[in-house]
Amino acid sequence: MEIKVLHQVMDWNEDVSEEVKGTLAGHRICMINVMGSPGAGKTTMITSLIEQLRGTFRVGVIEGDIAGQVDAERIASLGVPAVQLNTDGACHIEAMSIQHILPELPLEDLDVIFVENIGNLVCPAEFRIGESLRITILSIPEGDDKVEKYPLMFTDTDCLVLNKYDMLPYFDFDEERVLANYGTVNPGAPLFRISSRTGDGVEELAGFISEQIRNAQS
Amino acid sequence: MHELSITEHLLEDCLREAQKQNASRIRVIRLCIGELRGIVPDCIQIYLDMLAEGTIAEGARIESETLPVKVRCLDCGQDGEIIPHHLECPHCGSLRLKLLSGKEFYIKSLEVDINGDQSTSSSNGLE
Repeated sequence: MEIKVLHQVMDWNEDVSEEVKGTLAGHRICMINVMGSPGAGKTTMITSLIEQLRGTFRVGVIEGDIAGQVDAERIASLGVPAVQLNTDGACHIEAMSIQHILPELPLEDLDVIFVENIGNLVCPAEFRIGESLRITILSIPEGDDKVEKYPLMFTDTDCLVLNKYDMLPYFDFDEERVLANYGTVNPGAPLFRISSRTGDGVEELAGFISEQIRNAQS
Repeated sequence: MHELSITEHLLEDCLREAQKQNASRIRVIRLCIGELRGIVPDCIQIYLDMLAEGTIAEGARIESETLPVKVRCLDCGQDGEIIPHHLECPHCGSLRLKLLSGKEFYIKSLEVDINGDQSTSSSNGLE
């Protein structure tokens, strides 16, 4: 016989994500989930944002990686608390992993935590991790077809960052196409054009993030 | 490969539902998956075959229904179904669209055997 179920499959992760959110709200911390391809410039963007934000806010970082310590060491060298979350081969971070690793950060002394997700445009989009802001980063050399190929990554995000924007003249990157597709899957969501290398646009993005941090504090 | 952890939890949910109904066997798990999601039903089947071994879901088949991406055009006002790789209005070609559906992911129903004999219902695979 058939039994009707109508059960949301992802509830197990959503429930833990809500718990993490509650813990962070208790500490008035804004957690930011940074997602994008390998090489899109996630770590470099985070380091340039740290430089912009550290005068005003206390920043911590969770570096997600399949293996290794390289990114966490790079962040720690800036003098901000950083922990490495190795997923041992898994392609994404789940809320449960964040719940386990949060106590390793000095939560009493933080206003914002950046989580650098695993470099991948597919899997991370499926898993909420208790974040209050999601940033999807797409770099110009990756191409202008990514929104259509990986729609969920651009649908379930709060803002899109076009990184390596200084490379635009050197690539056949149809920006209008990306803007239109992004507008379809995520109407009204903001977009930032930055170059972490030259620093262009980073201040504006930092301004947007500062607002989100203040919202989490109020 | 994110289907592995998803399938672990999917199996738990299905076993729980089946136990509520006193089912002795799960034959089919029917899923609804929106076309915008990156979930591959064949992967879920492979992981399920592995994970369900020794439970009442052993040998269960995944039947997945793909739910289309539906949009409303902000220019011509008409609704339509599109494929994710081609985000434009099927009527007028506009790129200015509002997403109506396509992100669903839920268990719709289970096909189970109900064991009328309560005395044998302890072997439900949840121990």
